[in-house]
Amino acid sequence: MLGIENLPKLAGPFLKTERKGPAAMIQQFEQDHGGGMAKDLAKNRRVVMPSWTEHEEIKELQKSYSRNKVRTTKYTFLSFIPKNLFEQLHRFANLYFIFLAALNFVPIVNAFQPEISIIPIVFVMSITAVKDLWEDQRRRKSDQKVNNRLCDVYDRKQKRYVERRWAEVCVGDLVRLCCNEIIPADMVLLHSSDPNGVCHIETANLDGETNLKQRQVVRDLPQGSEFVPENYSSHIECENPNNDLRRFRGFMEHPGKVRVGLHSENLLLRSCTVRNTETVIGIVVYAGHETKAMQNNSGPRYKRSKLERRLNMDVLWCVILLLLMCLIAAVGHGFWLSGLQNPIYMIPDDTHPALAAFYMFWTMIIVLQVLIPISLYVSIEIVKLGQIYFIQNDLDLYNPVLDTGVQCRALNITEDLGQIQFLFSDKTGTLTENRMLFRRCTVAGTEYPHHENGPFTSKHTPLILWECAVVPDPQLQAKLNTLSSAMRSPPRQQAAEISHILDFFLALTVCNTVVVSSPTQPRHVSPTTPSGTPSYTPSTPVTPALSSGAWSEDVDDIQKAKVNSADESESDDEDEAEELLYEAESPDEAALVQAAKAYGCTLLGRSPEQVLVVVPGTGPLSIPLLHVLPFHSARKRMSVVVRHPLTGEVVVYTKGADNVIMELAEADGNLGRRIVMERTQRNLDQYAREGLRTLCVAKKVLEEQEYEAWLKRHEYAETSIENREELLLESAERLETNLTLLGATGIVDRLQEEVPETIEALQEAGIKVWVLTGDKQETAINIAFACKLLRPTDHILMANCDSKETCEARLHELQHEIRQVTKEGVSEDDSSDCVLVIDGRTLDYTLQKELQGSFLELTCCCRSVICCRSTPLQKSQVVRLVRDKLKVMTLAIGDGANDVSMIQMADVGIGISGQEGMQAVMSSDFAISRFKFLRKLILVHGHWCYTRLANMILYFFYKNVMYVNLLFWYQFFCGFSGSTMTNSWVLIFFNLLFTSVPPIIYGVLDKDVSGETLLDLPDLYKSGQNSQAYLPSTFWMNILDAFYQSLVCFFIPYFAYTGSDIGVFSFGSPINGSALLIILLHQLIESRTVTWIHTAILLFSALFYYAFVLLFSLTCVTCNSPTNPLGIETKMMSDPLYYLVCGLTTVLALLPRYYTLEQCHRRLSAQDYSTSLRQWKENKAAQRLSSRHVPQNLSVNADMPHLTDCIAEAGAVLS
Amino acid sequence: MMASSYNAKDEDGHLPGSVGSGGPGAVKSKKPDNTAFKQQRLPAWQPILTAGTVLPAFFMIGLIFIPIGIGLLVTSNNIKEFEIDYTGVDMSSPCFSCSQNYSWNSTSACTCSVPFTLDQPFESNVFMYYGLSNFYQNHRRYVKSRDDSQLNGDKSSLLNPSKECEPYRTSDKKSIAPCGAIANSLFNDTLELFYNHPNGSKITIHLEKTGIAWWTDKHVKFRNPGGNNNNLSSVFRDTSKPVNWHKPVYELDPSDPDNNGFVNEDFIVWMRTAALPTFRKLYRIIQKKKDNMTPTLPPGNYSLEVTYNYPVRSFDGRKRMILSTISWMGGKNPFLGIAYITVGSVCFFLGVVLLIIHHKYGNRNNSADIPN
Repeated sequence: MLGIENLPKLAGPFLKTERKGPAAMIQQFEQDHGGGMAKDLAKNRRVVMPSWTEHEEIKELQKSYSRNKVRTTKYTFLSFIPKNLFEQLHRFANLYFIFLAALNFVPIVNAFQPEISIIPIVFVMSITAVKDLWEDQRRRKSDQKVNNRLCDVYDRKQKRYVERRWAEVCVGDLVRLCCNEIIPADMVLLHSSDPNGVCHIETANLDGETNLKQRQVVRDLPQGSEFVPENYSSHIECENPNNDLRRFRGFMEHPGKVRVGLHSENLLLRSCTVRNTETVIGIVVYAGHETKAMQNNSGPRYKRSKLERRLNMDVLWCVILLLLMCLIAAVGHGFWLSGLQNPIYMIPDDTHPALAAFYMFWTMIIVLQVLIPISLYVSIEIVKLGQIYFIQNDLDLYNPVLDTGVQCRALNITEDLGQIQFLFSDKTGTLTENRMLFRRCTVAGTEYPHHENGPFTSKHTPLILWECAVVPDPQLQAKLNTLSSAMRSPPRQQAAEISHILDFFLALTVCNTVVVSSPTQPRHVSPTTPSGTPSYTPSTPVTPALSSGAWSEDVDDIQKAKVNSADESESDDEDEAEELLYEAESPDEAALVQAAKAYGCTLLGRSPEQVLVVVPGTGPLSIPLLHVLPFHSARKRMSVVVRHPLTGEVVVYTKGADNVIMELAEADGNLGRRIVMERTQRNLDQYAREGLRTLCVAKKVLEEQEYEAWLKRHEYAETSIENREELLLESAERLETNLTLLGATGIVDRLQEEVPETIEALQEAGIKVWVLTGDKQETAINIAFACKLLRPTDHILMANCDSKETCEARLHELQHEIRQVTKEGVSEDDSSDCVLVIDGRTLDYTLQKELQGSFLELTCCCRSVICCRSTPLQKSQVVRLVRDKLKVMTLAIGDGANDVSMIQMADVGIGISGQEGMQAVMSSDFAISRFKFLRKLILVHGHWCYTRLANMILYFFYKNVMYVNLLFWYQFFCGFSGSTMTNSWVLIFFNLLFTSVPPIIYGVLDKDVSGETLLDLPDLYKSGQNSQAYLPSTFWMNILDAFYQSLVCFFIPYFAYTGSDIGVFSFGSPINGSALLIILLHQLIESRTVTWIHTAILLFSALFYYAFVLLFSLTCVTCNSPTNPLGIETKMMSDPLYYLVCGLTTVLALLPRYYTLEQCHRRLSAQDYSTSLRQWKENKAAQRLSSRHVPQNLSVNADMPHLTDCIAEAGAVLS
Repeated sequence: MMASSYNAKDEDGHLPGSVGSGGPGAVKSKKPDNTAFKQQRLPAWQPILTAGTVLPAFFMIGLIFIPIGIGLLVTSNNIKEFEIDYTGVDMSSPCFSCSQNYSWNSTSACTCSVPFTLDQPFESNVFMYYGLSNFYQNHRRYVKSRDDSQLNGDKSSLLNPSKECEPYRTSDKKSIAPCGAIANSLFNDTLELFYNHPNGSKITIHLEKTGIAWWTDKHVKFRNPGGNNNNLSSVFRDTSKPVNWHKPVYELDPSDPDNNGFVNEDFIVWMRTAALPTFRKLYRIIQKKKDNMTPTLPPGNYSLEVTYNYPVRSFDGRKRMILSTISWMGGKNPFLGIAYITVGSVCFFLGVVLLIIHHKYGNRNNSADIPN
């Protein structure tokens, strides 16, 4: 029996991650496989056996695991109504509505027939329900599609693989997948057609990464050409389902009670694609909703936008207005009643006037309920869906390379895009491509500038083209050629240098995790290779070490390579080599391997045991790989331990961040080495100033004994159960000492296309752009120059402090400096020319409470702020500080996991999908694929969404106030009795049906300014930042206008019909008619664009109203008592007076808005346009001028001499 | 009215490079369709106001409204209207005594005669109204207090009227027909008109009782129970008359058997509740004479004989009798004409002001080319 005391021991295998075959296999203590095991295990972990297992209990248990059928829908056929109802009742607005409907059932206060007052709530809720149902239906369809995909599952009865739907796959099934098939569930890899027992998967569906990831077959499984499912009888124990994509712990126990640890390298994740591997077989461990992919799927997010918060304020105002109106009516009714003495038209009632007034208050709330725009919330949701539809369908935001458009993950903050004031951007991967290009290197202290790797000017260079575009430096090439051309010994000194160079390139080639594949064909689909020769040659003379047959296709490559090298034709070799495709987890590595390849050091293949390379002059070499010490963020370096192919020595190659390697590399009093290090350091500084990412390469030769000693302790570390990570780290650190510096590389991370233009446009739009990066200060500044965040004339304020006190002093100093600068440059435009550059440590101090104030004060005076060396936490702290303290709208954009906290903190989070996985996208509100799309997304769509929604909301308020006031004015003529002059159906439908669609269309389609203009004149964006479309003043203007219009709309008919024999509902007819016309025409005046859709909807609304009332008045004989409409509309509309009244009312009501508002507005905006257009043109001219005068202006930066270089460089490199 | 800048753009816009999805198997591209709708390039009419388009709009409104207003005013002025208050508030009023002893139940009719003089002849048909003031027929609970299906002749509603009729739903355990407060408060004064011929004779003016209700009301909405059964008394046998009424509903018009029951036109007119507390209701029509020579009502002395039943003093009400000719725009009401003329003039004036502004300062704005 497995008691609780056994649990820690059991946890052992879970913590283990074995890499080395036999050493990793650890015999565990015997365990009782008694009856209770499965039950006990079920609590903490799951047990998986093949689905045909005879172990009854496990069989039962396995049935309890979730099946592979996925259901992302919220509702089922039966649960829809109760569940949806329950969800909707959580909304405050709906509760208010229900309260009103309930109030109407109280006889003493009821205003309408009870059933009529239910209509609005039923209507609103059913619209919402339909919307929910529609969304659910879409999910259902995609679920069905996924569930009905087919895969091969082993069937024991038929003893073969049969096709089954994904939905029918369950835990314990053995699934066979072919190349390019999608993985149906999380499976443990049992077999791969790859002789090395690896398979490659592409996780693009999961995280957007297109590079290949390697997965390994569980160790110690019989590997051969055939996998016999019948023979497989091991059982797997693993942790319960969780959402950590990078973690998988468990072990597999073979029948012989031998346990093998399982880790994430053994797990094939659902919805990834099998690549480069002919077939794989795996056993399903998590299915359906328990897969990691599904557990990571959190669905859309809900945020509340700024506009909505404002809107809620104004809804409160409406409530106050409503209460006021009801109070007036109630008091009026009380007084009116107290002056009466039982007139014949009064129904005998003993109610005291005060009590009657109290009742009247509630009645009036029912009558005037429309004042609270409840359908507004539904309308806003519909409008936002429409806006999102258009954003997602924008061709300009579509990236044909990745086949992605914009993803709108948050459905309800579209208008926030139009109000951004601060933009926080990540650098790597956001502003830059995060695709690395080898640019320069320094070997043994000699700098090789690689001038031919000139700037790439063409904007749409296909990725593959420039990946291979390393042009070797002639000098370096020449030196290497001496090695290959003849094996004769060169001069002594040169020989040392050449071996140095060779070591350098060997290190670049070997010390990485790059996977090699050929773009034309997956590696292991081999039967018909073009060469036609039998490709499977177990032992080739060149590679005696590969006797196990580990290389199948690669051997072919090697043979070809060998042939080529025999032909001693370098160019041919390159052609051949170009077919190789390097896929790495880090783009830097791929760039370095590419670079090495350009020099003839070609990586041909890699297996866990050896690396196959071509070195100039030697042909293919197999280098035994003894250890890989993978990259660790604490060490900031990775190392490989290999046996050198030529010398047979054990060599450690290390590659890592410059400061780390420089510390570890020891001069040892050797003068030559010290010179090399000094020179290299100088070159490194130079690289950093050019904005290059630097890496240092070092090596160390180990004596055999030394290696043995280390190996022992390392093995101990590998096999230890507790503190394994720490021990491994320590072990690696022990090895990586006394390094000999080989050289350094400079890699450029190209700016994404149109980044400078985008940043310029955003800054012109009044958005403060901050860059928060983990990079070095020099690199950050240079990128900032390159993307025009920094201008040559800018005054750069540096803040690098070591303590809080100095930081405080520095902040004051800088403020003083700014004051001086601004004094000098008063004559120039208002935007300050100061840019603050602050490093991570200083940022820490400034984020403390005492310094926050002065920091923000300082940043307010700066045009931009660049934070370097900042941690993810700092990023989010900065965003929060700015957002909360300055009360501004913030937007954060980033692409990596380190940006997630920042993205979540900002009001609007934008993720860039692409290189660094999907975490940023998963946590973002909008996901785009390039930085440049931000320009249109914010300047055009943001502006549109904001103005559209703001105008729609204002219009909604106006519409409701205008219509409700008509009823209110009538109270003065009916003794404040809550009487209405309108048929109750028309009253209810007026807002819900007749006038509800036009504002929605308006909110989705209106364009106040065309997209081109918005892009050309980013200034126009400022109106959204200042919330100009929806200020309290505009709100009250609208309310006032609504009051005026309702006065006109009520009193013109009143005076026209006063004293006549007009009936109650006949009186309402022209009032309703003109109210409709006024409301619709008001809409038309407010619209800036009128398309056929607008026209059709407006006409439809008007016709719908008339059709409804006419039909109603023709057919409704006894219905809808007591407000029976029979004959009223027909009678009224056959009277010319009706049209005269409507005409006059409409014209008079709209006259002020048409005249004053429109006239002023248009004239103002026309002036705005012309002035800003002029400004814009002038700006353009000025820019052209200033860009020409860069050299002269540089004197401004005399205090920072090193910047002069980099500006020129930045201009040259990244123009 | 507004300048229309037609903002159509060519349909076939730019075509971005081919979709580079190298994946095997036809993966459906997520590329959005390049349609005018999806790309928000629908041809649009932009209502841009410039002085050149606003001005004509104002002048147009002025030019259209002023003539309409004049027409309306002239029409209204041509309408002859005479109104006399017979409530009897003043001691001098002939109906003073009747107004004092008001009671719904008084069996003895109180009559009074109100003399008046018409200075002008009334041509064509003359409509005779009774007018009530300060009478809130539009009170919410009053308006509701009726049963439309009972009035439509529904037998079950006849015997079991709607609850809305409370407290005028039943009396003496019999359902009231017609039920409700509106019916209960039916205006029951009888007005008669006499022309005092200069030669001393008193000529009765014939007052037409029918044709005063809406056709739809008379023929569709209001129907007697039992269809064409002429014996209304048997139809209404199990019902009781409204408490304030002297006669049951089937005896409202003794002179015309077809004008009884729910289809009695005076009753129908009353049942269409007035919109405002001061209202008039059509009472009778004085048909114009066959020979077109003499006016319907020649100028002279008349007397209005009132059978005074309807008490209004309790709520400061007033009762009036109105004689009015009628035009295409209904009764006399100069308001609409004046309003039209005023609005038209204002527009015209604004137009002139704008013209001056435009002439003096406006040219600059026109040069602002709005990029689009």
